Amino acid sequence: MADTLIEVKNLKKLFPAGGGLGKKSYIYANDDISFSIEKGETLGLVGESGCGKSTLGRTILRLYEPSAGSIFYRGRDISRLPHREIVRSTKMQMIFQDPSASLNPRMTAGKIVEEPLVNHRLCGSAAERQERVKELFRHVGLHEEQMQRFPHEFSGGQQQRIGIARALAAEPEFIVCDEPVSALDVSIQSQIINMLEDMQRELGLTYLFIAHDVSVVRHISNRIGVMFLGKLVELAPSDTLVREPLHPYTQTLLSAVPIPDPDVTRARARILLSGEIPSPIDPPPGCRFAARCPYAKEGGGRCTAETPALKEVSTGHFVACHLV
Amino acid sequence: MANSKKQHRTVARGALRRFLHNRMAVVGLVIFLCIVALTVYAVFAVDFESTTAIDPPNRLQPPSAAHWFGTDEMGRDIFARILYGARYTLSISFAATLVAVVIGGIFGAAAGYVGGQVDTLIMSVMDVFMCLPSMLLAIAIVVALGNSVGNLIWAIGVSNIPKFARIVRSSVLSVRNTEYVQAAQVIGTPVIRIIFGHILRNCLGPVIVQATLIFAMAILSVSSLSFLGLGISSPTPEWGNMLSSARANMRNHAYMVIAPGMAILLSIFSLNLLGDGLRDAIDPKMEL
Repeated sequence: MADTLIEVKNLKKLFPAGGGLGKKSYIYANDDISFSIEKGETLGLVGESGCGKSTLGRTILRLYEPSAGSIFYRGRDISRLPHREIVRSTKMQMIFQDPSASLNPRMTAGKIVEEPLVNHRLCGSAAERQERVKELFRHVGLHEEQMQRFPHEFSGGQQQRIGIARALAAEPEFIVCDEPVSALDVSIQSQIINMLEDMQRELGLTYLFIAHDVSVVRHISNRIGVMFLGKLVELAPSDTLVREPLHPYTQTLLSAVPIPDPDVTRARARILLSGEIPSPIDPPPGCRFAARCPYAKEGGGRCTAETPALKEVSTGHFVACHLV
Repeated sequence: MANSKKQHRTVARGALRRFLHNRMAVVGLVIFLCIVALTVYAVFAVDFESTTAIDPPNRLQPPSAAHWFGTDEMGRDIFARILYGARYTLSISFAATLVAVVIGGIFGAAAGYVGGQVDTLIMSVMDVFMCLPSMLLAIAIVVALGNSVGNLIWAIGVSNIPKFARIVRSSVLSVRNTEYVQAAQVIGTPVIRIIFGHILRNCLGPVIVQATLIFAMAILSVSSLSFLGLGISSPTPEWGNMLSSARANMRNHAYMVIAPGMAILLSIFSLNLLGDGLRDAIDPKMEL
């Protein structure tokens, strides 16, 4: 894992939040985020709903325009490139959360998978294209007879397979998986996860795997990043993060992961947070987590006055907390 | 393969079933198809001469076997004139609807897709146009441009553009942020193909429904303008101007007014039923 595929530096994404006349207010969906993804690895991204994980994935793909900061793809800054150039010179794809919403209801499954082949002119002739679509269908475990069907005639798991086939058709090297299994049954989740892992091995793919379920992310990721309210608060190799979480928010998150053993569950201490999630609209200075953090008092005034920077505490383990 | 093709049609089938279940919509469709069939039949069966040629001995005849709807003050057969008039009224209305759909669609799609200042600009202009009653706007355009078939089409078409622009814009807004549109962006589909292939394709339902209803309104507008002498003028048969010239003899020869009046009423009525039926049929959430 020597070369870096994606590098994000001080990325910011603000959404205007009404405000109307007078002072404009913004939602800080991503605030000053920096990290990198090595070629061939899976970086997991966890955090609660609305913490900006999906926004981050979409901003990297330039579905959203970054408000500030830069995104490097193989060392080249793509944060200001025109969209046509992004499509031409990068190999990034995305798998979406809601499989039924991510497929055009008026296109057949075959046409959906064929579209990237047409856009990228990956096949010489129409016949070759049909062959490639059939191959992709088989690859994701669908039957080629199903090419003529419409998305609503498939089950959720099958729809997600179509979405994956579409992403694969563009021959990507980096895929943003935006909660690809959270809309699926538990029994289907493992099938899809295993398929993603197989694909990674066969095709040497790199994933940014977004989820709010730590146990899913832990299974598939080499490293895990934890986000809270637009900030990356901790980033570490999966095992390290699960064994010795340093940020109070990560500790809370892990204490909420269900363990299929009632004795262990009863024995462990569940950290319950008090207080409300602060509003992401024009957040106050200091640590975003301070209002809910059980240790904020120990930090004196610092936690509410100064935004903690992400610092490396041991090799590869980054955390943004004044108390660590 | 046969099986998948069968499945393939389920969306259309559902819509068709819902449509056929709506009795009034079917009545509307049948009436409208009859009108269209008669109009087409007239092209081959009725000679145009008889609709404009003056025949004084036969003037103001009441309905009879020879003249089903009677004759007018110049002795022309009213039935033939109604059939021939349908060609003018219906085709002008259709062309005007087409103008409104295409131009309104382009403005609406641009406003909805691009958003921001473009949206504000286009929709402000549309709102200004919306403030003027469309009939008044059409009259103003005809008066400014002069009296001709082409100008009539433009006048009625243009006055209906804002309605379409609004409908298309709101449908585009509801579709443009869906995940399948984002997916199309990620896989590198060019903007034009995203707009036509992904967005507009999924906005078709409300547009078709609105087009049907606007078509009905356009028939009324064409007839009204001709009635006022601003559209197609005599001797060319057109339902509105037939109605206008029949006014003088209305007291003693009521059939002269009834025939074109019923023609206008039936076409608008059938199109409105059809439009309402389509609106319910196209919505897949309407389950029976």
